[in-house]
Order: sequence, then structure tokens, then C-alpha cells
Amino acid sequence: MRKIAVLTVVAFSVAMLFSSLALGARKTIIKIGINAPLTGDIPKVGEGTKYAAQMWLEDIEKAGGLEVGGKKYDVELVIEDNESKAESAVKANTKMISQDDVLAIIGPQSSKQAVPAGEVANKYKTVMISPWSTNPNTTLDRPYVFRGCFLDPFQGPVVANFITEEFGFTKAAVLYDVASDYPKGLAEVFKDAWEAKHGAGSVVAYESFTTKDTDFSSQLTKIVKSGAQVLFTPQYYNEVPLIVSQAKDLGWTGPIVGSDSWGSAETVELCGEDCYGLFFSSHYAAAGAKGATKAFIDRYEKTYGYIPDDVAALTWDALRLAQQAIQDAGKITGRIEKDREAVRDALAQIKDFDGITGKMTFTQEGDPIKCAVIVKINNQGEYEFYGSSCP
Amino acid sequence: MESLIESLNYILQNIINALQRGSFYAVISIGYSMVYGVLMLFNFAHGDIFMVGTYIGFGIATMFLAAFAGFLPASLIFVATVVVTMFLASWIGVFVEVAGYRPLRQAPRASAAITGLMIGIIFETGILIMLGAKRLSFPPLMETVNYHIGGIYITNVKAMIIIISLLLMLALHAFIQKTKWGMAMRAMSYDFLAVPLMGVSINIIAPLTFAVGAGLASVAGILYGQAYPILDPYMGVLLGWKAFVAAILGGRGSIKGAALAGYLLGFIEIFVATIFPSTLRDFIAYSIILIILTFRPRGFFGMEHSTKLRL
Repeated sequence: MRKIAVLTVVAFSVAMLFSSLALGARKTIIKIGINAPLTGDIPKVGEGTKYAAQMWLEDIEKAGGLEVGGKKYDVELVIEDNESKAESAVKANTKMISQDDVLAIIGPQSSKQAVPAGEVANKYKTVMISPWSTNPNTTLDRPYVFRGCFLDPFQGPVVANFITEEFGFTKAAVLYDVASDYPKGLAEVFKDAWEAKHGAGSVVAYESFTTKDTDFSSQLTKIVKSGAQVLFTPQYYNEVPLIVSQAKDLGWTGPIVGSDSWGSAETVELCGEDCYGLFFSSHYAAAGAKGATKAFIDRYEKTYGYIPDDVAALTWDALRLAQQAIQDAGKITGRIEKDREAVRDALAQIKDFDGITGKMTFTQEGDPIKCAVIVKINNQGEYEFYGSSCP
Repeated sequence: MESLIESLNYILQNIINALQRGSFYAVISIGYSMVYGVLMLFNFAHGDIFMVGTYIGFGIATMFLAAFAGFLPASLIFVATVVVTMFLASWIGVFVEVAGYRPLRQAPRASAAITGLMIGIIFETGILIMLGAKRLSFPPLMETVNYHIGGIYITNVKAMIIIISLLLMLALHAFIQKTKWGMAMRAMSYDFLAVPLMGVSINIIAPLTFAVGAGLASVAGILYGQAYPILDPYMGVLLGWKAFVAAILGGRGSIKGAALAGYLLGFIEIFVATIFPSTLRDFIAYSIILIILTFRPRGFFGMEHSTKLRL
């Protein structure tokens, strides 16, 4: 009796498998998976991801499908909620790869989810592009995993270049939190890049503090005395206002430059006019954008009622990268494993992709070489596109 | 010659930095010392009382600025903010004493000390629940004017912080030395078992002590908001611990000692960071204090007998 039951189940599953394969062969739909935090800690990030993806799909549908090798294919988005949790992101990836047969996955956004989810995508040999994750481990030793943004340390040389070109300075000071990974790493990379450019000892003051300190007066007095022309401080929004105002009180008159950790809207809210006119590096800036970036921003704002943040812009680029890779692959065979491999190879080959967040070429690791955006905090307290700076 | 003037300026600038930093340690550590003097226990909630005081100051300052800015002079708004905040924050002190410490007056000292930690956590999370994790920006109560004298930069805010702190401490000194209440507090710190028998109730003196400490801390909070205008619910923790160190260094229960040690702490922190790499600042600064305490365990002005009492 039991044998019969088992046999029936096996037979049934085999039949299912064949029928689904047959169905797939009859009409090939290109499925793109979206792994986004629609609920949980950062639903706004999920929303931006979803909206950008829907805009992209709209474009594809308007064109009557995605043209690959002279044939048009229908595209379907499989949007999965990862609840901003690592386990759910892994589950979502597994489901999309094994049940939905997606050709490529966009997401997850945060490194917390992208690192474990990338493991799954790589294991099942499915292209995954995380638009927003900056942790090196997301793509490390994973040929199938790519990202749409630059890594944190990358900003060090970019900012050093920008300062040199913009102001022609040769002496810099650094103030950073020695107890926090991101500022510490960035401060070190900046120092190396600056000294490689201007010679040893050109970082004339390299001062630190520890998390929760609020008084930087002795460090800043040292920095002012050192004769530095510019101060680089890769800190967060709760420290930047204190550093900036204390520096001014102690007679600092040079520019103060930061990194993408300044990008939170709260920096200007807390800092006020003291921060106007300062610069930081970032992925993207909405105000003052030009060309395709502006077109994207305007369309997004018109459709959804607010200005898109960096997540939406990076997601848009990630989707267009995937699209480019699928088209470059040349043909859709309908055999998903083969197609996935072809897409990966095509993606790794992409050169000078013209995205709205900058031109991109992938490294061996699947990290893009791209230019960073230099943002100026203008006199209305908005983050304005000032220029782009390349490594 | 020029380099000599330059280094002199550098030292003077750091003295001003240290005076500002030390002012906060001094005013806050007095709150620890006063309570210790009267009740023989350290009120570990004091750092968080300071934090609540700062938030009250923030609320009052925002309200007054919205209501009166424009037609009342800034100085008047400042004074009004200080007075109202001090009054309201004193009640926080009273509340802590009545709700937290009074029920445990007969309990072992350690239990009471731990109560302080609990109250601190309750305040932190309470503010977190009420206002969320978003940082608040303390509104400036006066326009910052930066004076450049010789090679030294000093803002009116810095000067005001240093002067008001000194005035506060002088006022407190006068209160304790010259008034009847102050005399009662001194008597209580001399012998808190005998004095109640003389008709001075500890149930009045203890809350009064807490109220004065909390009032002082709240003024420190307003000044702090002017110097470091970013508020978060955990801002009192680190400052509270450092002020506690100052209170021990000054001598348990000694107000004069707490004030002096507060300034000393400010000077040590600033000058260590000036001389050594700033990464080593706290490491060296607190090693110095450890050494001082090794050789003088009762602190600068602590009474001989106070080292025998635990906590």
C-alpha cells in the first residue's frame, strides 16, 4: 500500500516537472526576481526598489517586450518581500531561483541580507545584482554576484582626487571615530590615497576620537594649528554638526569634506547653516541632476509623488544592467541554467555602462568601477549635484 | 620668538577648551557629591537626570523662542529658560528621591546604588519611547559671536558657559554656607543619624539635595545644548560616568573637591589629546586618574573616614 502511494507521488511529481518544462518551452517568459525589504525596518527602501522596478517594467512593456537576438520576449517581475531579515532574504532567493525560474535577481539592498542571499544565488548559479550593498563580502569570491554601487573604501581616493583637482590643496587633515569600522576604514584609505598623491606627511593632522564623544576641541585645535587646508571627516549625521560648528568656533576657515555617511537628510536638519557650502561624496544627488538622471527623477516624482533616493536610482541602474546583459547574451534558449550562465558572462563583460548613477565597468569581483558623485550642500540646505569624481 | 607666541597661543586655546569641558564635569559632579554627602550613596541616575534636564531645557527653549523671539531680548529669554527649566528639573530630582531611594533607605547601600542605574535606564527608554530615536537639535539661545584675540578663538557661548558655571558654583557655595537649609544639609552630611533626632527631617533634606543637584544639572544641560547642540537619550551616560570619576577624585561628599576635580578632568582630557595621539586620550587620561587615586584613595578633599564606607 505504502509503495503504491510513494510511486503515485513520484509519478505525479515527474509529470508535473515535465509539464512545467513543456509549458516553459512553449512560451518563454523572462522572469526577473526582485528581493526587497517591503516590510520590516526599512520599508522605504523596499518601496523605492519596487517603484523603480515597476517603472522599468513599464518601459519594457511599452516597447512590446524585451528584444533578445531579434525576438521579443515578455518580461515578468517576481517581487518577493524579505522583511528586512537575512533568513527571509535567503528564503526569497531560494524560492525565486528554484520555483519561479528567474533569470536574474535584483536585490537585496542591505548588506545584512545581500551577503547571505548572495551565497544562495552563487550556489545555484543565478545572477544577482545588489544595487545598494557596500559590504565587500557580498560579491567576494562569488562569480554570480554583482553590485551596483561602489564599496566604502573606494570613496577615499575619490575624495582625495576631488579635493586636489577642485582646490589644488596639498595639506589635509583627517578627523575620525577610531571605534567605528566605516569611518576608521575610510580615514585610512583616504590617508593612503592623499599621501600617494602629495607625498609622505602631507596628511598633516590625523586625529581621532571615540564614539559618543561630543567635544573635539583639542583635536580641532591641533588640526587648525597644523596648517591643513582641508578637513576630511567621514562621520555620521550626529557628529558632523558638532565637528563643523566646533571647527568654526576654533578658527577653521577651510572646506570640510565628508563621505556618503553625510547623505542622511538629518545632517542638514541638525547642522543648519553651518554645513552650507560643504562637500561630500555619494552615490547620487537629486538636486541639480542632468540628462538621463534628471529624466528618471522627474518621471519618478511625477508617478509616485516624491523625489527618488539613491536606492531607487541604483535599482534602476541594476535593472538596466541586467537588461543589457540579457540582450548581450544573444539568445534565450529556454534552458534556464544555460541562460543564466550566458547572462552572467555577458554581465561580466559589460564595459562603460552608462547608468544614471555613473558609468560602470565591473571588476573581477563583480564590483563596479564607477565615478562617485560629489554633492554640495547648497544655500537652501539641499544636496546638490556638484560634479563627479573618478578614481 | 614668533613660534614661542604661537605655542603660547596654542596652550591658551587649549586652556579655554579645557575650561569649557571641565565646567560640565564640575557642575555635574557636584550633583553626585551633594547626594553622597547627605545620603552616603552615589546617585547613579544623575547622568540621566542631566539628560532629562537637557530635554526639558530643550522643550522650554523651543517654546519660549517660538513665543517670544523677536520682541523680547535674547538674554531675557535665556534667563527665563534657565529659571523655568531649573524649577521643572528640580522636581525630577525630587521624584527620583521619593520614588527611587526613599523606599530603600534602610536597604543595603548596594541596592540603592543599583536603583540609580535602573532609574537611569527607565529615563533613557522613557525618552526614547516618548520622542523616538531621532536626534534633536538644541536651538541656539543666542547668536554665536566668535572673538579672535591674539591667536586665540573664543566664542561668546564658550565664555558664557565658563562664567555661568562659576557663578552657579559660587551660588551653591553661598547657599550651603549661608542659609539655614544649607546648614541642615551640612549637618546631615556630618551625621545623618543624629541630625534627624534634632528635628531636621531627612525626608525634607534628601529631596532638597536631589532637587538642587537636578536643578544644577539641568542648567548644565542648557549650556551643554549651546555647546554641543545634539540631543540623544543616551547622552547622559558617558558624561555621568566621567562626572562620577570627578566626584571620587575630588573626595566623596566634597563639593569643592568635585568642582576642582571636574576642571582637572577637563584639563587632563584636553591636554593628553594635545600632547599624545588623540587615539590614546581616554586611555592615558584615566590611567593618570587611577594613579592619583592609588596614592590618594580619598581624593583631594575627602574626609579620612569616608574611605571606610563602601559605595
